[in-house]
Amino acid sequence: MVSVGKNVPRKEGPQKLCGLAKYIDDYDFKDCLYGVTFRSSIPHGLIKKISFDSDFPWQEYVIATAQDIPGPNVVALIENDQPLLADKKILHPMEPILLVSHPILQKAYAALEHIRVDYEELPAVLTLEESLSLEQVLYPPDNVFKKFQIQKGNVEAGFAQADFIVEGEYRVPHQEQTYIENNGVAAYVENGTIVVMGSMQCPYYVHKALKHIFNVPDEKLRIIQTTTGGGFGGKEEYPNMIAGHAALLALKSGRPVKMIYDRQEDMAATTKRHPAWIKHRTGVTKEGKLVAQEIEVVMDGGAYVTLSPVVLSRGTLHATGPYECPNVRVVSKTAATNTPPNGAFRGFGAPQTLFAAELHWEKIAEAVGLDSLTLRRLNVFKEGSQTATGQILGESVGASEVLERAVTRSRYISKRKEYSLWNRDKKKESWRGMGLALVHHGAGFTGSGEVYLASRAGVAFTNKGQVKVLAASTEIGQGTISMFAQIVADSLGIPYEWVVVVDPDTGQVPNSGPTVASRTCMVVGGLIQKATLQLKQELSRHISKKSSWSQEDLKEAARKMIPPPAGEAELAPSRRSAGGGMMEGQPEKKYIVEYEKPKEIQWDDKTYKGDAYAVYSYACAVVDLEVDKLTYEVKIHKITTAQDIGKAIHPLLAEGQIMGGTAQAVGYALYENVVMKNGVMQNAQLTNYIIPTFMDTPPMDIEIVEKPYSHGPFGAKGVGELPMDVPAPAIAAAIHHATGLWIPELPILPEKIFKVFFSSPLVGEGRVRGT
Amino acid sequence: MRGAPFSMNVLRPRNAPEALRAFSKNPKLTPLAGGTDFMVAWNAGQLQNRVVLDLSRLKEWKKIQKTKEGIRIGSLVTHRRIQEHPVVRSMFPLLVRACAEVGGWQIQNRGTLGGNIANASPAGDTFPPLSVYEGMVNVLSPRGRKRVPFHQVFAGVKKTTLQPGELIESIEIPYLKNRPHHQMFRKVGTRAAQAISKTVAAGLLWLKKDKTVQELRFALGSMAPTARRLKSVESFCLGKRMTPEVVDRACELLVQDVSPIDDIRSTREYRLRVSQNLLRSFLNG
Amino acid sequence: MISIEVNGEKRTFKGFPFKRLIDVLRQDFGLMGTKEGCGEGECGACTVLVNGEPVNSCLIPVCQVEGTRIETVESLGRPASPNVLQKAFLEKGGSQCGICTPGMLMTAWAWVRGGGSDKPQAIRNVLAGNLCRCTGYQHIVNAVVQAVRDRKKIIRNPKSTIQNRKSK
Repeated sequence: MVSVGKNVPRKEGPQKLCGLAKYIDDYDFKDCLYGVTFRSSIPHGLIKKISFDSDFPWQEYVIATAQDIPGPNVVALIENDQPLLADKKILHPMEPILLVSHPILQKAYAALEHIRVDYEELPAVLTLEESLSLEQVLYPPDNVFKKFQIQKGNVEAGFAQADFIVEGEYRVPHQEQTYIENNGVAAYVENGTIVVMGSMQCPYYVHKALKHIFNVPDEKLRIIQTTTGGGFGGKEEYPNMIAGHAALLALKSGRPVKMIYDRQEDMAATTKRHPAWIKHRTGVTKEGKLVAQEIEVVMDGGAYVTLSPVVLSRGTLHATGPYECPNVRVVSKTAATNTPPNGAFRGFGAPQTLFAAELHWEKIAEAVGLDSLTLRRLNVFKEGSQTATGQILGESVGASEVLERAVTRSRYISKRKEYSLWNRDKKKESWRGMGLALVHHGAGFTGSGEVYLASRAGVAFTNKGQVKVLAASTEIGQGTISMFAQIVADSLGIPYEWVVVVDPDTGQVPNSGPTVASRTCMVVGGLIQKATLQLKQELSRHISKKSSWSQEDLKEAARKMIPPPAGEAELAPSRRSAGGGMMEGQPEKKYIVEYEKPKEIQWDDKTYKGDAYAVYSYACAVVDLEVDKLTYEVKIHKITTAQDIGKAIHPLLAEGQIMGGTAQAVGYALYENVVMKNGVMQNAQLTNYIIPTFMDTPPMDIEIVEKPYSHGPFGAKGVGELPMDVPAPAIAAAIHHATGLWIPELPILPEKIFKVFFSSPLVGEGRVRGT
Repeated sequence: MRGAPFSMNVLRPRNAPEALRAFSKNPKLTPLAGGTDFMVAWNAGQLQNRVVLDLSRLKEWKKIQKTKEGIRIGSLVTHRRIQEHPVVRSMFPLLVRACAEVGGWQIQNRGTLGGNIANASPAGDTFPPLSVYEGMVNVLSPRGRKRVPFHQVFAGVKKTTLQPGELIESIEIPYLKNRPHHQMFRKVGTRAAQAISKTVAAGLLWLKKDKTVQELRFALGSMAPTARRLKSVESFCLGKRMTPEVVDRACELLVQDVSPIDDIRSTREYRLRVSQNLLRSFLNG
Repeated sequence: MISIEVNGEKRTFKGFPFKRLIDVLRQDFGLMGTKEGCGEGECGACTVLVNGEPVNSCLIPVCQVEGTRIETVESLGRPASPNVLQKAFLEKGGSQCGICTPGMLMTAWAWVRGGGSDKPQAIRNVLAGNLCRCTGYQHIVNAVVQAVRDRKKIIRNPKSTIQNRKSK
């Protein structure tokens, strides 16, 4: 291997570092209009009448309403329940009702003040409690979008064997993705084709949604991802909506239309992580062995189904944590509220349920009288373990290894003792704590999802001997294009620099599925590797055996393999090229591979039994922190983490994923607090929605553990989401160690520590009412 | 970005007399200093259709001068410059600490002390230090200059007692007669940097030889519509030794001097308790 | 008419005096490297240097920078010849999605060029006005540490060039 495992320079790095990378707002369109959205002002009701101020210069504006939509008024996703523009019913207070556009952005915004909607208001369902009480039915018959159940063994029999039964209830809040580039797209019509460019994770999701909305054949739609300033799930499906809006205005006006949200609108209107309640009831023997796990999960889906069923599925499948238990029942549901739909955010349901599963160990530990590390060691997944869905973990199980590595590196055991002593000293100005958590994260789509997706990706070999990667998987900062190029380069035995990655443009690349679910490297990278091996086989028939191929060799093979073009080149020129070098419609030969399920993977969607994921990645985090006795503020000294990702194709990028996910989880645990009132986010500004700065993010010590997976490219599994799952419960556990307080609810704001401190009975050693 | 530049007119006086003339001619002008607050609201589509009196060319208001009695900080001096000034650093460390916690480097480079005062946010980080240092605000109008004690500038949340036509020229801070035995500044914000305060405290304490309190000055921000000196606490402590009972009583009295609220950043109860903790820790030395 | 020096060139602007500096740079001068992340002065993506000091260009009406010297990310190196800081960011993984990068670079450049310390805690403190949601910040800190040291080496021995570090 020449490039895999090495920190080669990221392909698009120099462009980004010189301010040359073009994000959607950096594109100029001639005669462009700026589109803005008129939204509902009530959470639930019916639209009675829309009126426009008569003394306003409406002739300068192009306005689009639901009546302008050529096809069905839905944003197609799992279910077709969300309208592109509300025309009768209002289900949440940020619901788009009409679109306004003007050549001057500020004039477009100003017009929103001159539109009035009369509503018939209906009682709003703002919380899960209200939703499940069924006083208002938003989603017939019972407000439940989706339910799952996992059943293994006999839970009642399991509890009968238990020496201890430990119950706990956990709550996790909304979390906003807070990518630094807001959602934005531009749309125009070119020779009868609707073209949408923009910031997005999944060009083919947008393609599918717009195909419905505009009732057009595949080839009359072209979706192009521009350089994207962060996604984290927040640009998984929301771009379908904003792209539909911009395209509708473009179609109506006949002009290019840019729609770029400002921070306030992006935060208030777009999707967030699902809030959830999780209940645990756990049976343990006095030796510390798990004998029964009963878990209930409820997630707030928001007003429409969107991705909630799949988020719930992943949350459900991770709810037990990475531990073997003979008797398990997990029941879960996601319900409707009159709040903006919740959606994908790094981890996709797993950070919610894993927070509960991991913090619950501290509760079990107190009940059993053994520490949570010992309990974890006793029950953790090993090769051959059987999961709650009955999956036998055959290979690549790094759970114990990451646990032991993180414990050793962080000096968890000795520092825990040291801090326990520290906490006994009343003169100290802080309480100190060490906390630990261990998680698994399934790579790729849930259950049979990858089979339904039937992703296609591959490589092209041009008549100039150039190798190009063809995939719709997007670079959103995580390093997709560099990692693809590494896989191709090493599979073919050519230098990394020679490989070009074609931009995700539905006009040019096959549908390799969405850039989500930690699947890009393992699943799509695997397809690309397979395609590359096909190319290699053919190349080796044309090039005499050599230890390495030169560019001349490739050119010569290309002459033999690809006949010169007859007349015009067929391919449209690429608009941009992240990998460098324009590819002006060179004739080429494509090698496209479709996903095939490894034979040994069996999954039953009906019973929720079998191999839920092809393989799991594992992570352990140890958090070292202190709590200020005067202000109840938490200061994290350090986070030590070991993560088994199969193989780090690019160690620096993998580390970057781990650190970035860890920082987001620090925010989730300690700072990020979406304040909702009447379904509207009250703190939709970066000033008041607090994400960690340089000063709030601790130094991190990271060890990458490589337990290779036989079906992953070079052994790689997933890394994108895993780091988001593990820090929050470790932080909560460390705060528990420090203060003795039990705070089963995120975010653990100083206000919450203060409140619990003065309201709960004396527990734990760290509790000193000294101030 | 919702602010419309075509809706704005700007006047750019070159010196103070020009600025005052323009302001007295048109009292509806909106004075603009560093813009770190104004522009946030403007970007969000508020404060449109205004005539702005841009003060950025008034060089004479960008100076820090030593006087016999103390230091005079021009109203347009940025938070960054205050931190860098050697005399301010040695004589008024609490103000320096506060300036270092106003936003990030970028904001400190633009935001001005005078602009901050005129903006009158309840959460102004420099206000508790200015309060305990007993600063005076020099206000200019076409009628002349007047000296206003720091606290008398504020009328409420985002409201000052300044009249249309009046501008803050400078802030004077007198040197302390004696070195305090204890001093403290502590900002408790929403995060470790770039934060808005939940409570912000500054204190100065002088003790007599017998350890009784000769003078106590303690001020809190974000705990009332304007920054507050804890008058009840200060007068209670005067002449007393800081025994546990006295400190307890002082902390109880704190409630009388402030009126914190629940908002999107924090709660009344938390603000009170943390402020009491800070006071307690300060009095205990 | 407003005259400014932008990246070493004299420029004039004849539009509305209350237009924001970021919009003048992007729309009138075609310097698209400077990004807008929040419009609140909170994220620092729009950071440029005015007379050598970092400021948020989304909070400045252009009339306020008349006669000043402005530097944007375009004043640093080009892809073929990155400067010491850009090189360090590339080698240390300081840029992921890249949207915060231009602003981050400008704040860091003010620090590095101004002879700032290589202590991680000092670097964290000066960069706290720049938010990044991708990196978790540590790779950026590592990059700035390297840039501070490399620049000191260059200043001490102007003829030396920083050797390309071997990737692991």
